[in-house]
Amino acid sequence: MSDNTQAIKNLLFRMADDDLIIGHRNSEWTGLGPILEEDIAFSSMAQDKLGHAQALYNILHSLGEADADTLAFTRNEKNFYCCHFVEYPIRDYDFSLMRHFLFDTADAIRFDMLTNSSCQPLANLAKKVRGEIKYHTMHANIWISQLGKATDESNIRMQAALNECYPLALGIFEKSDYESVLIDSGVFDGEELLQKVWTDIVSEIIEKSNLKMPDINEANLSTLAFGGRKGYHTEFLQPLLDEMTEVYSIDPAAEW
Amino acid sequence: MYDMDELTLITEEEIISLLHEVKDPEIPRVSVVELGMITGIKISADNKVEVRMTPTFAGCPAVEILKSEIKNKVLELPVEDVEVKVDFDVQWSTDMITEEGRKHLKESGFALPAHLNNELISIDLLTNVECPFCGSKKTRLRNPFGPTLCRAIHYCDACSQAFEQFKPV
Repeated sequence: MSDNTQAIKNLLFRMADDDLIIGHRNSEWTGLGPILEEDIAFSSMAQDKLGHAQALYNILHSLGEADADTLAFTRNEKNFYCCHFVEYPIRDYDFSLMRHFLFDTADAIRFDMLTNSSCQPLANLAKKVRGEIKYHTMHANIWISQLGKATDESNIRMQAALNECYPLALGIFEKSDYESVLIDSGVFDGEELLQKVWTDIVSEIIEKSNLKMPDINEANLSTLAFGGRKGYHTEFLQPLLDEMTEVYSIDPAAEW
Repeated sequence: MYDMDELTLITEEEIISLLHEVKDPEIPRVSVVELGMITGIKISADNKVEVRMTPTFAGCPAVEILKSEIKNKVLELPVEDVEVKVDFDVQWSTDMITEEGRKHLKESGFALPAHLNNELISIDLLTNVECPFCGSKKTRLRNPFGPTLCRAIHYCDACSQAFEQFKPV
């Protein structure tokens, strides 16, 4: 345990921070969803994501870090390890929906892979939450398929959202310095494998939905997507943290 | 020295039977025991009790309330101390709801979750769910997300009513 603890903590921070921030972004649809069902869906997924973040922070707490609230509400952006993709504002529904599809497909595969983790608490949590995330991917897949095939306008908008989101989504798989330790110690099979499985699943659903996979190569790969895993973030993260921690900053002992 | 015959030893059965009085705050007909949330009980020789529970959903906001209700309930027994631990060592699934629990869910107006037998949910298991009001299977899934994390919303074409399902997970 001792020599890979830092690596495990780093993985947990990356995952928990992704879930916390995408959860917060999802919650921004509460009251604004284009139809009632979608308002409820995004609000429910937000609650799930916060639950997953909390459970991951709790494992960090058991490894000697501060408690979940302190971790979520008192770090500044330099100490957050989420990817840039989750930080972007919700914008139009097509953008949020496409981000939800690309992020949750990766999230589902990641937790699937972790059900065999040598880090037992993480494996247990993974076995629990994969059933919950299945609802998220099911929701995303249905909408991508329906809007990809519905009308010319919906197809064009979903394709534009995909073209914009896809390069950003690659930031999910940015490796940390602990990648080889995680793989060698059987904690996590690595970002490369995750990205490979993700690309296969995403391509299949995209193509079945009358959409085209964007052409990504070294030349047009967006560098904007990377840096989050090392503590470098977009201009959107700190304002989100300020808003999220507003009550906590005024009164850390506030009772709800 | 104590006379062994006079020592009141608490049993696991007594605790379980008492915990039937701790209900889901959103569905007051159904207890935490019936939902399958209680995953272990340890009673030490000095009458200290450890109750282990697992959340239905990781993000369930009722966990903290249930934790304190469980603790207070067990403290009604002559015990030294009670500790309630929440973990994912046993992973909750709707398959863990007892037969009695399923009966009480149905009486509370919920459609029942299909048994998953360790499989993940698929869309087939969410379609043509039996309407809790009229028993028809001419129903449609309206939203896999509902008013709480554990519920989905369906619509019955036979009796023209929306209904909620305790969703399989």
